[in-house]
Amino acid sequence: MTTVIPHPNASVATSAAPAGLAGYNFAYLDEQTKRMIRRALLKAVAIPGYQVPFGSREMPLPYGWGTGGIQVTAAVIGPDDVLKVIDQGADDTTNAVSIRRFFAKTAGVATTDRTVDATVIQTRHRIPEVPLTENQILVYQVPIPEPLRQLEPREAETRKMHALEEYGVMHVSLYEDIAKFGRITRSYNYPVRVNGRYVMAPSPIPKFDNPKMDRMPALQLFGAGREKRIYAVPPYTDVKSLDFEDHPFEIETWEEDCSLCGAQDSYLDEVIVDDKGTKMYVCSDSDYCRERREAGHQGDGGPK
Amino acid sequence: MYVAVKGGDRAIENSQKLLDEERRGDPRVPELSLDQIREQMSLAVDRVMTEGSLYDPELAALAIKQARGDLVEAIFLLRAYRTTLPRFGVGEPIDTAKMAVRRRISATYKDLPGGQLLGASFDYTHRLLDFALAAGDERPVAEIAPEGVESGMQHVADILDHEGLIEREDPDDENQPVFDLTRESPRYPADRAARLQNLARGDEGWLLALGYSTQRGYGNNHPFAGEIRVGEVAVEFAPEELGFPIEIGEITVTECEMVNQFKGSAQVPPQFTRGYGLTFGHCERKAMGMALVDRALRARDFGEATEAPAQDEEFVMAHSDNVEASGFVQHLKLPHYVDFQAELVTVRALRRKAEAARAIADAAE
Repeated sequence: MTTVIPHPNASVATSAAPAGLAGYNFAYLDEQTKRMIRRALLKAVAIPGYQVPFGSREMPLPYGWGTGGIQVTAAVIGPDDVLKVIDQGADDTTNAVSIRRFFAKTAGVATTDRTVDATVIQTRHRIPEVPLTENQILVYQVPIPEPLRQLEPREAETRKMHALEEYGVMHVSLYEDIAKFGRITRSYNYPVRVNGRYVMAPSPIPKFDNPKMDRMPALQLFGAGREKRIYAVPPYTDVKSLDFEDHPFEIETWEEDCSLCGAQDSYLDEVIVDDKGTKMYVCSDSDYCRERREAGHQGDGGPK
Repeated sequence: MYVAVKGGDRAIENSQKLLDEERRGDPRVPELSLDQIREQMSLAVDRVMTEGSLYDPELAALAIKQARGDLVEAIFLLRAYRTTLPRFGVGEPIDTAKMAVRRRISATYKDLPGGQLLGASFDYTHRLLDFALAAGDERPVAEIAPEGVESGMQHVADILDHEGLIEREDPDDENQPVFDLTRESPRYPADRAARLQNLARGDEGWLLALGYSTQRGYGNNHPFAGEIRVGEVAVEFAPEELGFPIEIGEITVTECEMVNQFKGSAQVPPQFTRGYGLTFGHCERKAMGMALVDRALRARDFGEATEAPAQDEEFVMAHSDNVEASGFVQHLKLPHYVDFQAELVTVRALRRKAEAARAIADAAE
């Protein structure tokens, strides 16, 4: 006996994907859902840093693996866009590959590794080293959108705290670090204040990347699928990392340069090259590193 | 010389081929058919339909086959498919009092209208591995009873209701919109409709453990299994162009109504209260766990203390979904080396500071 399995139904929308996945709408989500997400995005842009609840859909990729970013990208991407996807700054990390394939398959859009060629960049944990422009959108994947969550687990409470601009607890937490360790110990997902109002989680980017968010010409969109929240930083918006006058915000620095391209200004990953723990440092932004090498820059090649 | 690792693309492709091969197992063993899964692994199918929020035994069987029997993965597959389906509208509420009952038991009355009906149950089996079953090819046949089961069995809770001994349960205003957890993000405090939707697709293990915790004293609500019933109910839908409901099919559901003691408060006289559980198919353990947790979450409504985990709405609801939980726990497998590098830089700086402090202390001695 043969069992007939119905084919996935197309959505109610009619706009078909020229080179998308048969049976599915362009960029997977149906047009009604995209509209719902775009409404949330518009609200998010209108209230920079405010977390807008949205009817996050179940995606064919797991929660915690970029479903928020994927939904945001699906809602803003068009057939003429050029998509770049990075994870840890690199285009070839497995999850970045998986998400890029998802959009290549469901939207048939052009994809690229080159930051400057991309119109939409979806990222996890990094902001590219090359400054972004007004013609680009940066979509962040966000695991926990609530910057106060580690201090107050209840959503009912944290929403009130944001409404009342009650951020004392965050400052106290940072101050406690200074009192105990002499410095603020948060190294990633370092809280920022957006447009002088909302305290916002920048997603788990290293604090090295925080200054790039400030007055960035590109639109920054944040999607948290599992937590069902969207937020945004419009172009040229103030984004200040929280700090104290006597303990100003600082970013990571390395004594080493990139072993491959010699960069002194990029975020470096530490790579262990033998079983004795010998280290070398390479750019986390793989495109930046390659561009520099193609332009003739060279590092010391690492331990010989 | 070190070269940055490339090849995520090929690795994924190869990994997926290997996954397919492993799923199939030894090719000399006949392949599972969906009919076999649907007919012989029916309780797995029921769980996947319930937590996958989609009543389709055929697709649930496919999901189980594709997931190699990993039910949480199968639930995920079904959910991801479900979101792509267009919505035609909202059905009429099912009427479980009109259920064609296959099993119905009450722990609160020895006998009651409609009677106790054991049906098919593991309950009184001795859990002895049946080696005859291992040999296969058995065709058990159950005899057909001389008379049929009464149709339309009154709910046990309604019997108590006649006496006013149990809290009344009035239907919500039909004109008020009902929260839809598949379309909206949860708001806290949540109403009971939102809570029940959440519990209905919540992980069986989560509800089982939380329900169990209430029995062991973490938010005890003195439950009695008022009634558990399993059977078929009609699904009705009122198309706009018709204006009246028509029957469009039949589904199997399991319903559990817990009857809980309540000592009364300043406003409410002593009475019994309710906890409710409902699942697709035959998922008794889940329905009972759900009913216990539903009642525990109503503590606030009755002015009871809310100190136990099972009574904590945000705690229960935010962590009940196994597709969400599985994804987020397992996302720790994704690379985190940028953040780890940031932590390395911080830890080294803290250690340098601690070492410098120790050196100064040593010098002073």
